[in-house]
Amino acid sequence: MASTMLSLVSAALPLQENHKGKMNLGSSDCSSFLRKEKRNPFMKTKSFGRINMAIAVNTSRFEGVTMAPPDPILGVSEAFRADNSEMKLNLGVGAYRTEELQPYVLNVVKKAENLMLERGENKEYLPIEGLAAFNKVTAELLFGAGNPVIEQQRVATVQGLSGTGSLRLAAALIERYFPGAKVLISSPTWGNHKNIFNDARVPWSEYRYYDPKTVGLDFDGMISDIKAAPEGSFVLLHGCAHNPTGIDPTPEQWEKIADVIQEKNHIPFFDVAYQGFASGSLDADASSVRLFAARGMELLVAQSYSKNLGLYAERIGAINVVCSSADAAARVKSQLKRIARPMYSNPPIHGARIVANVVGDPALFNEWKEEMELMAGRIKNVRQKLFDSLSAKDKCGKDWSFILKQIGMFSFTGLSKVQSENMTNKWHVYMTKDGRISLAGLSLAKCEYLADAIIDSFHCVS
Amino acid sequence: MQRRRMMIKWARDTVRRRFMSTSAAAIDWWDHVGHAPKDPIMSVTEAFLSDTSPNKINLGVGAYRDDDGRPVVLQCVRDGEVKIAGTEFLESVSASVSSKLVEESVKLIYGKEADFIKEGRFAGVQALSGTGACRLFAEFQRRFYPQSRIYLPIPTWSNHHNIWRDAQVPGRTFHYYHPDSKGLHFAALMDDIKNAPDRSFFLLHPCAHNPTGVDPTEEQWREISNLFKVKNHFPFFDMAYQGFASGDLDKDAKAIRIFLEDGHLIGCAQSFAKNMGLYGHRVGCLSVLCVDAKQAVAIKSQLQHITRAMYSSPPVHGILLVSTILSDPHLKELWKKELKVMANRIHRMRSTLHESLKKLGSPLNWDHMTNQVGMFCFSGLSPDQVNRLVKEFHIYMTYDGRISMAGVTTSNVSYLANAIHEVTKFG
Repeated sequence: MASTMLSLVSAALPLQENHKGKMNLGSSDCSSFLRKEKRNPFMKTKSFGRINMAIAVNTSRFEGVTMAPPDPILGVSEAFRADNSEMKLNLGVGAYRTEELQPYVLNVVKKAENLMLERGENKEYLPIEGLAAFNKVTAELLFGAGNPVIEQQRVATVQGLSGTGSLRLAAALIERYFPGAKVLISSPTWGNHKNIFNDARVPWSEYRYYDPKTVGLDFDGMISDIKAAPEGSFVLLHGCAHNPTGIDPTPEQWEKIADVIQEKNHIPFFDVAYQGFASGSLDADASSVRLFAARGMELLVAQSYSKNLGLYAERIGAINVVCSSADAAARVKSQLKRIARPMYSNPPIHGARIVANVVGDPALFNEWKEEMELMAGRIKNVRQKLFDSLSAKDKCGKDWSFILKQIGMFSFTGLSKVQSENMTNKWHVYMTKDGRISLAGLSLAKCEYLADAIIDSFHCVS
Repeated sequence: MQRRRMMIKWARDTVRRRFMSTSAAAIDWWDHVGHAPKDPIMSVTEAFLSDTSPNKINLGVGAYRDDDGRPVVLQCVRDGEVKIAGTEFLESVSASVSSKLVEESVKLIYGKEADFIKEGRFAGVQALSGTGACRLFAEFQRRFYPQSRIYLPIPTWSNHHNIWRDAQVPGRTFHYYHPDSKGLHFAALMDDIKNAPDRSFFLLHPCAHNPTGVDPTEEQWREISNLFKVKNHFPFFDMAYQGFASGDLDKDAKAIRIFLEDGHLIGCAQSFAKNMGLYGHRVGCLSVLCVDAKQAVAIKSQLQHITRAMYSSPPVHGILLVSTILSDPHLKELWKKELKVMANRIHRMRSTLHESLKKLGSPLNWDHMTNQVGMFCFSGLSPDQVNRLVKEFHIYMTYDGRISMAGVTTSNVSYLANAIHEVTKFG
């Protein structure tokens, strides 16, 4: 019997000795080994430390795992990198570039990092809610230092991993404490919003926002859809420089939006990813949030320093929940911590320290404001040049003024999916298929080329 | 039940609000949000920080301290900082640095000659330290095995339960620590592994078990691995202390390498918080071994999909530091030396504390203090005894009696020994 088992083993596998020179036949009998062998075509014939006849090896548990769909925004940069054309232009991801189309590390960031290097600070864990100095300055930047919501300690601020991480914390809070409540998101909105709410198991629906006919805001549609939503919904609003359209409500429209939100007992939920990039002024860009706070409303605000401080890769942001009392804020903060702890325990220190140093130091803060104006200013110049080029070159007399009216890093060109594809395939201009271009990736030098591409795609492709 | 109560309260509040005029004072949306219980580990540090006693000792969180009780930034890390300073690094982490980190991380765990590394038969992604790696795996597990559970040892790091719970994977437990012997409850452990349904997911600490410091022997690991094969269980390793158990990185990875030899396709969470002292930078790695490179690509894409909706990409600074240190031979050697220094100091403190308790004439057996391994000692102190230590002696630890030996120093070890003796001398 033993010899039969041995010959079976040697027929099935090349016989390998383990490093002890022993062969372990295990406790299974011959027939069960045969059954197992027949069942499992994946049995490896590589060398083992020990041979165990009872066991078939190496069937992965994750056989059924398929490829995830590529990210529509980040995939653009990948495709751009693979393109060899000299004319190529990356207008995909919203990352600021200089006129030379190089990434830009702000001077204040360099200075802050040098300070940190000199001080040689330790690398201990932050508290779950993040760096206290960062949380203080980030709330002040958003609401204004003297704002009653801060003085009354009614804001629960928790450091998060940039905008995405902060949104996710808020989504988890909504799922836990408002089970079944919906988040209303603009149509269109940043592609990752849906992923965040889906993964957090928070239902969402869209409110009308972009009007393709006017290439502007469908204000009536927006108000109507917010009104029609079930009471107590969360309304996701872009604080300024709407992504992807660049279309922001006017101050009067913000008032009306606040009215209808109060009327329907909805909760406003701001995503502030571009504070400073809309007008060039950090304070002015926070006015929509401050308007709502001034009405005594409770609200949520996710913040990101990826763009305005160029700290994309450091993942620094915050979630702020304005509550009606300091006690509620304390309780909400404790629950946000409870959500963060099983996600990543505590947030990363480096970006938090940079922000705390820049925003907390008056000299650096002023310097930052200047750099912010320069960055926003460059984009405004580029908008003007693109508009001028389009108007000059377009013989069909289309009104391109929406480019000047739109705000922030992006422009929603109105190009269709097919037309956007033409931009890429024929002109090597990389953008997202919804027709969004990132002006932060455009130089004055390239405006004419881009204008040619847009005109061609718009008029000659359908 | 809790959620149902919350929903009812919320619905009632919503109805109430309907009848309030819009000019009423701000509505309190968060009325039904209670105070979260404090995290049992973090709250120890909080309490310690507010204590004004000059004798206070923090034996709570597992963060290394030098013999002066101060946090340490390793020299290899300082050198690494200088090396990367001024490196302009924008948008999300560039692909090459990401893959460098993953490559170096998996080599540490699996050995640099491991076949499947060369053949690309693993899915590896950076993660937010150990917590992030575990959570990423838990989310992935739920997605592809929605009916599965996770088996966690008794006891385990408290946050393990939170992580899988928040990922909506129910937790089960298996026997591990024997309170009487203060060692491994091997027979019960093997029984639990055997009795679990086939193809269950198990979380294992490959070395320096947290909180007990009790590790299986090499022979016991072989038996565990064998039984896992019989049962077709999925082994998931949480490697948070590689280098801290024995001082040797390869020795500390022995358990994992045994499983590899036996052909298991494991998952592994890895943290650089303790062994590189990069606590606040949140650097870690999650790896899942695969049958082939094609599957590895698919799994990696799914993991990245999960992270995209959680935080998009990991913070670059820590990643740059780790990949710089691990790929620079000089820095890597320096790191290994410094790791040994840390591990040795902890060994010394274990012996010293053990000796001191013996000298004081303690009636109890404290052998476990030197038998247990890694940063923690599961002292066997009861919650009442711990409470006395906190209140009377200003010595802080978690209520399960876990002592972080990293917080013990030459200057506080006598005070500590006396205090422990005081609260235990009557048994």
